[in-house]
Amino acid sequence: MPDLSINFAGIKSPNPFWLASAPPTNSGYQVMKAFDAGWGGAVWKTLGVPVVNVSSRYGSINYRDTRMAGFNNIELITDRPLSDNLKEIEEVKKYFPDHAVIASLMVESQEEWQQIIKDVENAGADGIELNFGCPHGMCERGMGSAVGQEPEVLQTIVSWVMEVAQVPVITKLTPNISHIVDPGLAAVRGGTNAISLINTIKSIVGIDLDTYAPYPVVDGKGTNGGYCGPAVKPIALEMVKELTQHPEIKNTPVSGIGGIETWRDIVEFILLGAGSVQVCTAVMHYGFGIVREMEAGLVQFMNDKNYNTIYDFIGKALPNVTEWKHLNLKHKVVANINPQKCIGCDLCYIACDDGAHQAIKLDRTNGNRIPEIIDENCVGCNLCALVCPVEECITMEKRDDGKQHVTWDQRTQLDDIPTSFNDDRAGGKHHYVPTVQDALKHRSK
Amino acid sequence: MSLYKRPESELEFQENFSQKKPLMSDSEAFYESARCLFCYDAPCISACPTGIDIPLFIKQIQSKNTSGAAATIFDTNWLGNACGKICPTGVLCEGACVHNHQDVPPIQIGRLQNYATEKAMSQNSLHFTPGEANGKKIALVGAGPASIACACELRILGYHVDIFEAKDKPTGLTVFGIAPYKITNDEVLDEFNYLQSQLGFNVIYNNPIISKNDIKQLENDYEAIFIGVGIGSTASLNLQGEKLNGVVGAVEWIEELRMNHHNVVVPDRVLVIGGGNTAMDAASEAARMGATEVTLAYRRDKMSMSAYDFEHKLAVSAGVRSIFQAQPVAILGEHEVTGVQFVKTLNIEGKLAYVDGSEFDIPCDLVIKATGQGKQVKFLQLISDLSLDSKNRIVVDPTSYQTSNPKYFAGGDVVNGGAEVVNAAFEGKMAAIGIHNKLSI
Ligand SMILES: Cc1cc2nc3c(=O)[nH]c(=O)nc-3n(C[C@H](O)[C@H](O)[C@H](O)COP(=O)(O)OP(=O)(O)OC[C@H]3O[C@@H](n4cnc5c(N)ncnc54)[C@H](O)[C@@H]3O)c2cc1C
Ligand SMILES: Cc1cc2nc3c(=O)[nH]c(=O)nc-3n(C[C@H](O)[C@H](O)[C@H](O)COP(=O)(O)O)c2cc1C
Ligand code: SF4
Ligand code: SF4
Ligand code: SF4
Repeated sequence: MPDLSINFAGIKSPNPFWLASAPPTNSGYQVMKAFDAGWGGAVWKTLGVPVVNVSSRYGSINYRDTRMAGFNNIELITDRPLSDNLKEIEEVKKYFPDHAVIASLMVESQEEWQQIIKDVENAGADGIELNFGCPHGMCERGMGSAVGQEPEVLQTIVSWVMEVAQVPVITKLTPNISHIVDPGLAAVRGGTNAISLINTIKSIVGIDLDTYAPYPVVDGKGTNGGYCGPAVKPIALEMVKELTQHPEIKNTPVSGIGGIETWRDIVEFILLGAGSVQVCTAVMHYGFGIVREMEAGLVQFMNDKNYNTIYDFIGKALPNVTEWKHLNLKHKVVANINPQKCIGCDLCYIACDDGAHQAIKLDRTNGNRIPEIIDENCVGCNLCALVCPVEECITMEKRDDGKQHVTWDQRTQLDDIPTSFNDDRAGGKHHYVPTVQDALKHRSK
Repeated sequence: MSLYKRPESELEFQENFSQKKPLMSDSEAFYESARCLFCYDAPCISACPTGIDIPLFIKQIQSKNTSGAAATIFDTNWLGNACGKICPTGVLCEGACVHNHQDVPPIQIGRLQNYATEKAMSQNSLHFTPGEANGKKIALVGAGPASIACACELRILGYHVDIFEAKDKPTGLTVFGIAPYKITNDEVLDEFNYLQSQLGFNVIYNNPIISKNDIKQLENDYEAIFIGVGIGSTASLNLQGEKLNGVVGAVEWIEELRMNHHNVVVPDRVLVIGGGNTAMDAASEAARMGATEVTLAYRRDKMSMSAYDFEHKLAVSAGVRSIFQAQPVAILGEHEVTGVQFVKTLNIEGKLAYVDGSEFDIPCDLVIKATGQGKQVKFLQLISDLSLDSKNRIVVDPTSYQTSNPKYFAGGDVVNGGAEVVNAAFEGKMAAIGIHNKLSI
């Protein structure tokens, strides 16, 4: 059995599975139940001056019959008095001394920051997370993402915290910014021990077509919320990578958050350099029990790959995440349809014909529905393989011999790139394009 | 072996005849519609005789535009609600669904279709408006599915429509013939009433067209005439004993069952003669009515039956026994039928031969003849210059459904010799367009 335990910027945890600061960590009851279910750590629901919440707080994106592919909330930080939370943190630590309890905090003034840090440390918190992420409500009051979007303010507050904190400090970033490295650097320069990301993304998940109000509707009105859940994972992965590859930030541990639901998601975050992961929506959807799948899958993966600890493969994908200009322009793949597997939905045909490169042929002779790839026209964009509903029916086959390696960067240096509008070196210059007649023959009577 | 207890109350009848394709719940429709792939140039569309845009209406159900889904359906098939329940979907749309090729159950297209149209009708959320009156009058003979589809389409095109129907109820064999576990009388009539109340075509009931005079009257009063009289009563077997008590024709017996099931008493031993879908239905229905021994007898082998395999399986699953290669030679009994004498047959080079001395009797208390229906030749002969083919089907132009007598158009069983409601719905609609094209010149 591989060792799943971690030491994240000095915070020890039996495994990398942490609950993100959110409703699942609202109370001692929940956190204790989660630890018993197998979670290694919990970032407590953000503490501060308690708020008043509205009724009707969540909205979601349902894709076909999949509920909550994306999730949105307009809840604020904790609405419970600080003393109740502190008492429960103390109780949790009494029963679970080896699990990680991290107190998420959001206050305004320097005095408040320094006071609340003492309070949570006295209650036994193993670490602190600074919530500079909440993109709704709290930011209107100058906190949350209002801080995360101002690197200078962020750096100042981190440095106030670092003056007094005795336990490791994690700075949680908002993704509502065009360049995540700026607040990342500010946090590091302020002295943070670690960074976590992402918090939720500013969003409107939908509009009620009868009342014309955004979801979640609060008495006929609504407001932007924070978006999370499976739909945001790609954004979170990219932002984690921005930090873990940055020379000035890469030595600061990163806790990955956003859209994590299965062991695969977790392995992906770790491969991009995350040293722990945090989960909110998946638990709000399925309960604490989903950690069983995460743990079983992670153990299986580590056994299969012969890894003893998380540190054996952390960041292992980073060398392969490069810039576009370094990609090999001589690499060539072409789609291939397995006629034994094809069920004849012809989605690949129409996707390619209408949405890509007219590289799939359909011949209805004898009622045939199995399309055919026109090799010369296929640019290897992957679209058909992505739309095909049958697993591994369309495969992208390598066609270059692997001997040539030419990148945009190299071609730029050799002055061998298109520079004018009608340059002969245009990549698609000789690519097949159907005729006007071909286009018009689809006209309906 | 009998699987069904004799129904003694309406509730027990409904249990024995429980719906094979019950109305979907909202959740079922939601999950089922999510599975559709929205195939390009979808094979299910080509497999539907009316060509309903199936992926479109399923996507509309999924996006909660149920009345839009119903509009898509009715737009091509005026009997879309009934068809969803009674079409042999396994050999039509659902049989063509691409999911079959990956051993995944096909989309339940029929039930989704029934769901969308039922919702639109019960919520009164879909409205049809007749076209602006063009002053032209069309007569339709028979109020079966073919005429109903023709009438709806003609109303949309602005024609005045009068349907002359021999019976006291509309929808023809849909209400008189189709097995009660496929659709209820109320469901059939609800769809009819919905269409009629919105589109306003007239039906003159108890008004058979039976004489040269009737025909003359129609020809005088109307610009065009549509023939939708279907096929006739059960054909005679020309066998000794056919007139005995307890020998009935399948369509007549089924009609009695559909109209009057409380008064239908089925004896213990029933023998059904025939190998078509009507024979399968009659056998299934007799078993569901509590007959203890139902036997299907067919003169050729199993492979040669014209019945769909799924219909035969359904009969077998109701406890029906099948006998193949048995030709009836005499019906036995003095006043009441007591049995049927058969001779064994062999297939020799595609021809049926009797095995000498192989006669055997099957005792029974009721014989249901399901060996085909006669055509409406007597009626058709009233119309001058009307060409029929060798099987007494009206010959029509394949696109306009115009007959050899230019004033007449025809569709449904009278043209195709006996197919499904969906075919009648298609042909009736096509004929309406044919009439319109002819009268618009
Ligand atoms: C036992 C049985 C089971 C069936 N099961 C199915 C099934 O499960 N699914 C399916 O899709 N199809 C089924 N069918 C077939 C389907 O019912 C017919 O294909 C369809 O009803 C044909 O429609 P139609 O309008 O051509 O004729 P019909 O439905 O036969 O309608 C003809 C109408 O014309 C009237 N008429 C006849 N002569 C005259 C006259 N001289 N003057 C005035 N009116 C007249 C009749 O009273 C009748 O109302 C079944 C048929 C039978 C017999
Ligand atoms: C209802 C709700 C409340 C949240 N409250 C907080 C909070 O108080 N503090 C905080 O740092 N993040 C909060 N978050 C953000 C989550 O901690 C997490 O960053 C985000 O949901 C992305 O992870 P996920 O995709 O696993 O849900 C909240 C999220 C949700 C859905
Ligand atoms: S998408 Fe896949 S299954 Fe569908 S036609 Fe293309 S290859 Fe066949
Ligand atoms: S009309 Fe019948 S065949 Fe056509 S789609 Fe509907 S159920 Fe299928
Ligand atoms: S073939 Fe099946 S999956 Fe494809 S569009 Fe038709 S119902 Fe949908």
